[in-house]
Amino acid sequence: MDLKNINLEECLKFLKEKKISSKELTTFYLKEAEANKDLNAYILLNSDNAIKSAEESDKRISNNTARPLEGIPIAIKDLFCTKDVLTTAASKMLNNFKPTYESTVTQKLWDAGAILLGKTNLDEFAMGSSNETSFFGPSINPWSKDKKKYVPGGSSGGSAAAVSGNIAIAATGTDTGGSIRQPASYCGIVGVKPTYGRCSRWGIVSFASSLDQAGPMTKTVNDAALMLDVMAGYDKKDSTSANLKKTTFYKDLKNKKKLRIGIPKQYKNDQLNKEIIKFWELGIEFFRKNNCEVVEIDLPHTEYALATYYIISSAEASSNLARYDGIRYGLRKNSENINDLYEQTRAEGFGEEVKRRIMIGTYVLSAGYYDAYYLKAQKVRSKIINDFNEAFKMVDIIFTPTAPSDAFEQGSKIDDPIQMYLNDVFTVPVSLAGLPAISVPMGLSKNNLPLGFQIIGKSFEEDSVFSAAKIIEENSNFKRETEK
Amino acid sequence: MDIDKKLVEKIATLSRVKIEEKEVERFSKELSKIITWVEKLNEVDTKDVTPVANPSDIKIPFREDEINDGKIEEKILKNAPEKKAGYFVVPKVLD
Amino acid sequence: MQKSNEWETIIGLEVHAQIISKSKLFSGASTDFGSDPNTQVSLVDAAMPGMLPVINRDCVEQAIKTGLGLNAQINKRSIFDRKNYFYPDLPQGYQISQFTQPIVGSGTIQIDLKDGTLKKIGITRLHLEQDAGKSIHDIEPSKSYIDLNRSGVALMEIVSEPDIRSAEEAQEYVKKLRSILRYIGTCDGNMEEGSLRCDVNISVRKKGEELGTRAEIKNVNSIKSIGQAIDYEFKRQTEIINSGGKIDQETRLFDEKKGETRSMRSKEEAHDYRYFPDPDLPPLEIEDEWIDKIKKNLPELPDVKKENLINQYKISSYDASILVSDKNNAEFFDKIINENTKRNPKNIANWIIGELFALLNKNNLEIKDSPIKAEDLGELIDYIEDETISGKIAKNVFEEMFKTKKNAKEIIQKKGLKQITDTDEIESLIDKVLNNNKDKVDEYKSGKEKLFGYFVGQVMQETKGTANPTAVNEILKKKLAK
Repeated sequence: MDLKNINLEECLKFLKEKKISSKELTTFYLKEAEANKDLNAYILLNSDNAIKSAEESDKRISNNTARPLEGIPIAIKDLFCTKDVLTTAASKMLNNFKPTYESTVTQKLWDAGAILLGKTNLDEFAMGSSNETSFFGPSINPWSKDKKKYVPGGSSGGSAAAVSGNIAIAATGTDTGGSIRQPASYCGIVGVKPTYGRCSRWGIVSFASSLDQAGPMTKTVNDAALMLDVMAGYDKKDSTSANLKKTTFYKDLKNKKKLRIGIPKQYKNDQLNKEIIKFWELGIEFFRKNNCEVVEIDLPHTEYALATYYIISSAEASSNLARYDGIRYGLRKNSENINDLYEQTRAEGFGEEVKRRIMIGTYVLSAGYYDAYYLKAQKVRSKIINDFNEAFKMVDIIFTPTAPSDAFEQGSKIDDPIQMYLNDVFTVPVSLAGLPAISVPMGLSKNNLPLGFQIIGKSFEEDSVFSAAKIIEENSNFKRETEK
Repeated sequence: MDIDKKLVEKIATLSRVKIEEKEVERFSKELSKIITWVEKLNEVDTKDVTPVANPSDIKIPFREDEINDGKIEEKILKNAPEKKAGYFVVPKVLD
Repeated sequence: MQKSNEWETIIGLEVHAQIISKSKLFSGASTDFGSDPNTQVSLVDAAMPGMLPVINRDCVEQAIKTGLGLNAQINKRSIFDRKNYFYPDLPQGYQISQFTQPIVGSGTIQIDLKDGTLKKIGITRLHLEQDAGKSIHDIEPSKSYIDLNRSGVALMEIVSEPDIRSAEEAQEYVKKLRSILRYIGTCDGNMEEGSLRCDVNISVRKKGEELGTRAEIKNVNSIKSIGQAIDYEFKRQTEIINSGGKIDQETRLFDEKKGETRSMRSKEEAHDYRYFPDPDLPPLEIEDEWIDKIKKNLPELPDVKKENLINQYKISSYDASILVSDKNNAEFFDKIINENTKRNPKNIANWIIGELFALLNKNNLEIKDSPIKAEDLGELIDYIEDETISGKIAKNVFEEMFKTKKNAKEIIQKKGLKQITDTDEIESLIDKVLNNNKDKVDEYKSGKEKLFGYFVGQVMQETKGTANPTAVNEILKKKLAK
């Protein structure tokens, strides 16, 4: 049995048919993860307890009390607080932090029978798009060849690398400006950012509160739907959580939908590399062949989305990260003076990118600058949301590339923050509007690196997003590296 | 917009992040670049536009007034770098 | 404090009132006072990574109630903002407050001044915010100890218009505000325990000139301190201006022991709180039905009650003020008058304000802990009004009731203090006294009118003070006139 390339759906089937046990599965993945440490996809492997949990799952499976994800080992981005298990946010600030509580989303996974395989690497405090800002070193894109090291994308780089590198069956990520979708694109896997409010944010280390969303990162669209059904749900401990009925995304995949597809003209530009344009047009063909009408739409404020995003996310981050002060948990640099304690602790605990964003955030909120930057950004955000509302009067789905390029080489953009920020140009508008979106791999670039494409839907209409994603996935027939 | 050294130091103080003398220049350059880049927003006409703080349009949900939390002092203090007699301990704070 | 007529003091007060509720504003931990450190702290209160706020409905209702009690506008849509600053007792590194769109808008409070005048003081706004934890500085010399029990308790910040012009007005404002809060049950107004805190904003100017620079005075923890702080500041500011100096806009601390204010030690640049809407909390929306329901259930407010006392019972404005200054006073009065509406309300008021308060004050008691219950005082008043005992005797009975907690009936019976009203009995007593003092009677008849009092005294002595004074006077007059 090829356990390496197995996906979530197949695992559940084999477990149910008793063709494999959870213990075998879990042991295999722990071993694979150990053997592939060079990917640096994991910050921590749950070696001790994963096997124990697997054994308990096997008991349940044998006496027919299996839950939806029973026995499946899952990799968790190290931004989700896991009870009594190290949760670092890939930062020196929290490198010794063990929460006494479990995040709502991961608790839902455990309540469904899933097993914690390990905590994956990420950009520090989820700020970045290459996984190069992690305190634990960069993660590597498993598609890297010939001694070249390519980034897996970020911030959920470790999760993407793990799933793509076959050292995880599935993983969770978080997406604030593209942090699930862009690494999914770079690594050739499926990544979903649900509608804002679909998944609870309680227990997830907060970066930008009005943008953060948890989501699944998987090998297939079916897997993503399955996992999202478990992760999603109302949480009364999160005041921004949407109070909607239980989702049935996996079941609803069967219903093929007739969809109107929109192609935003502002996303086309001659700077996009040729392969991206080729696959984009191919995707449009796939939709047409499947009875979907394709039209051009207008998202006039697209060019302002990145600036808007950076102002807003930095402002919120500067405030959300104020709690890291060395007093109740985390790193402390002692001093005889409290302000000195704060300053030294935070100088040493935070990396460069985090410091930069905190400073930008503080600046754009400060007296005299608030109106010109923060308030202005919130107004432009309103216009961007309006652009989507108008477009969605005419279409059900918007189809775009996920990123403006394939994965780049490690170290090639780290010294130029703005160059780095440009990676998010297609994903950020969606985050500002709180809309659901998925990235599905379509093919390879001329560097033999994956190219993913983004499908955006209306608020809380993830079912349409999954439906459209299936069309792209089935027709692209993208084979992951190890399957070839 | 130029973020000069003085402003960098002021922001660093407000954010309680110590920036070494030799780093101030670099931060000044980087922050100036980023701020200039985001000033592109000035091109957008936002007269009479209501700002949006959160994309969802829900109203604040309420919680009943009951005591269902607290009394977990062990958990609260567990990760504290310095604690004594049930308190968090910090260097003396002067008003 | 003498104030020269040329100067005007402009005062505005910011009062922080802790809301009466079981749990905190955004967490389910208890709000009890005096527990062991950090035992009333949830993960949210401790600002652990990933924690989120959820608002307490009752706290919102208390704020609406208070707004209605201040005759203020309830804003149906309000926003929570973050106020960002670093301090060890502020775990999040920001306080959840309301800056641009508070829950309550402008209102008024009416205050009563000693000279009998009424003055309206404007309320600018009321908003909800979190309280901070406590820092204890005197356990160890080089350390501060942090207790987060209070962190996250709901506060109402009530801001007055700068309509206040004197220490007296400021004190009356806080007293009235406190009594309103206690009346409607939204805050216990306990300044010693810190559930009601006051910041004073004060500036001076020569009449007719522009507004002066104001100083903010913090740590003013009692009604008395409010007066002292204002008097001290007036003196300090006018002296500076008179000697050609300028007032710094600054925050000062009031020192209770010295009765002075001093500049706060941290001379850092003015706080830049970088307020922005809290992205973890959607807007607070309040429906009309909710406001109407609260309005219906609101208890009678002190000012309205005062009007009723004056109009219905003809009680003086001054006395009425005292009765409504504390909900417990008003309830005490109400019990007595409602039990027997024939009782003379003015008498009731006099007994409460005069005799009862005197004894309570002497013994350091509050009216709610009075050994004499409302029903008992009512019974005593009945005995006076139906002339069972005289007013003078009643005072003694009252003192005895206070000391022994026994009721009037028992004491009067035991001590034989029933008033003698029988005119025959009085007449024979008077005859007795006059017969025993024949020489004095002659003196009286020849002009020494002062002796009348002596005869009265003798009769009283005979009867141990229980003879009805009016009857004694009448009958004695008749007898001596013969």
